[in-house]
Amino acid sequence: MSHKSFVWICLLPLAAVTAAFFLLPMARLLVTGAEGPRGLAEYLAILVEPRYRATLVNTVLLAAATTVATLIIATIAGLFLQRHRFPGRAVLVAILTFPLAFPGVVIGFMIILLAGRQGLIGDVSARLTGDKLVFAYSIYGLFLGYLYFSIPRVILTIMAAAQKLDPGLAEAARSLGAGPFAVLRDVILPGLAPALVASGAIAFATAMGAFGTAFTLATNIDVLPMLIYTEFTLAGNLATSAALSVGLGVMTWLILALARSFTGNSVAAAG
Amino acid sequence: MDRREGECEVTMMIRHGAALKVENCGKTFADGTCALARATLDIAQSETLVLLGPSGCGKTTLLRIVAGLEMPDAGGRVLFDGKDLTRQPIEKRNVGMVFQSYALFPNMTVAENIGYGLRIRGVSRLERAARVAELITLTNLGGLEHRRIDQLSGGQRQRVALARAVAIRPSVLLLDEPLTALDAALRERLRGELNGLLRTLGITAIYVTHDQAEAMELGDRIVVMRKGAIAQVGTPREIYFTPADRFVAEFVGAANIIEAPIESGDLILPGGRQPVGSTGSRARAVAMVRPETIRIVDADKASLTGIVDSIRFAGDRQRIIVRDAAAIPLALDVPHTIHVRAGERIGLSIAADSIRLLPAEG
Ligand SMILES: Nc1ncnc2c1ncn2[C@@H]1O[C@H](COP(=O)(O)OP(=O)(O)O)[C@@H](O)[C@H]1O
Ligand SMILES: [Mg+2]
Repeated sequence: MSHKSFVWICLLPLAAVTAAFFLLPMARLLVTGAEGPRGLAEYLAILVEPRYRATLVNTVLLAAATTVATLIIATIAGLFLQRHRFPGRAVLVAILTFPLAFPGVVIGFMIILLAGRQGLIGDVSARLTGDKLVFAYSIYGLFLGYLYFSIPRVILTIMAAAQKLDPGLAEAARSLGAGPFAVLRDVILPGLAPALVASGAIAFATAMGAFGTAFTLATNIDVLPMLIYTEFTLAGNLATSAALSVGLGVMTWLILALARSFTGNSVAAAG
Repeated sequence: MDRREGECEVTMMIRHGAALKVENCGKTFADGTCALARATLDIAQSETLVLLGPSGCGKTTLLRIVAGLEMPDAGGRVLFDGKDLTRQPIEKRNVGMVFQSYALFPNMTVAENIGYGLRIRGVSRLERAARVAELITLTNLGGLEHRRIDQLSGGQRQRVALARAVAIRPSVLLLDEPLTALDAALRERLRGELNGLLRTLGITAIYVTHDQAEAMELGDRIVVMRKGAIAQVGTPREIYFTPADRFVAEFVGAANIIEAPIESGDLILPGGRQPVGSTGSRARAVAMVRPETIRIVDADKASLTGIVDSIRFAGDRQRIIVRDAAAIPLALDVPHTIHVRAGERIGLSIAADSIRLLPAEG
């Protein structure tokens, strides 16, 4: 048997599984989206109908904000943790990455404990100002939950990438007169660019599709996964929820592709 | 060469760079490794000082202390033109550094790499472009300005690293084994180019290497280091002809180290007697003879004889190993015009002044 045919034989089961569990449901989803009373126009509706469109915009904005905030926080923390050795560092890394294991429901629960009606922040602010600060059920609570969810993942990626940076590059830049800010701008961030794009993409996609946190918190926010859920289970509106699902997938994919093409140059150069 | 290029070279001939003083600088790392024993060195303006020694002997550590990348142990000082810069970080010292790995910025082109230090200094775009062009010419990088670093060969990278370091007109140029990563033929060629460039620039430079041939060619003075300590400081000739001890003698060039007693000015060897140029007797002496200083003469008329053990062809010369002359086999480098056969008894003639008595180590 030649190497080539061996590879093909190995690929066969994968192809079968891909077809059965990935491509077929996807195709079915596409078709279902067009099987409603409005037909193909269902896909148009998710962009045109104000409620759907608002939800879509909310979700994208929330996911984008989460991604940007996560990248900033995780880059600073990841670089710091990578560069400094101090007592308690291992514990700190463990605490920071602990939420990795939590499902969205637990994260939502924690946000309620923190900023809910009986939450910690509410108690403290009530004592201090007499005003009870409650934001767990707003978009801010959701934002906080998503941050909590994605920071551990991104920190780990950044730390791994920072470890691989050649320390000589920063030293070379410094020898040429670069201060800390210039080193960050010209050496560290370009070096981390591939990791930033990759982990940012994952953070973004996760935030776009996160359901558990939204479900636990959702009182007055509408994000796309929640909308799909309500359309599907409560309204029994199969076509709309299918169309929305496809829309969610396409939007996410588009924005990631866009981000990749924007950063493509620097990534290729640093890689 | 056209007129303009000639002019630019003349302006660059002016000596520059700082005079350096490394005072009492040692380095013990946080993990307890003593990488460098306290050392004091003076480096004159526009001098090239080579730090030579085997891997792990503390060369890089000393270089990094001068650069400001490493703090010397308490009490050590680094002075540039008499100014104490010990507490200044590297970015304030105006040093040009060429790293062993070159550390070129992968996200910048050749020209951007070379111009980086000038950009940081806020030099105008126009002025920067002119200076970069000048350095591209000087380092033979013409046509590669817009290449990315990963599109360059090893030799080209080395030159970009060098151009980037000298672009800022540094007080001192620090080079850490800049040629080690290259293959032998290229290394030899670039060594020559580098030497020319250092002379043209007339800049104060510290050059780290473990390659004695490089050290000989490039150094105005050489600092031979061993296990974190300075073994000898001297010109290449001093180091080669009058090594301070056995380590230096063996590390720099090939050396026959002969241990034998001396009787009234003669080394007493199994194959005869050999005058050492001094009178007196000693029960045990250590003498060094360079292979190329031993000549082959008629066995009957020689006071020292031995038997040809083997002959190795080395291209530009032949190396002959002679046994039974001294307690150890002696190596001789002679021209091809000399014909000897293995097993033949030959006479050896060594001028007394080419024998160097070394301190016997305890
Ligand atoms: N950051 C460091 N921490 C601990 N030990 C080090 C460090 N850097 C170098 N050393 C040790 O110091 C010694 C000298 O190293 P170095 O100056 O790099 O030698 P060379 O450049 O001559 O090969 C070596 O034994 C090396 O392992
Ligand atoms: Mg070294």
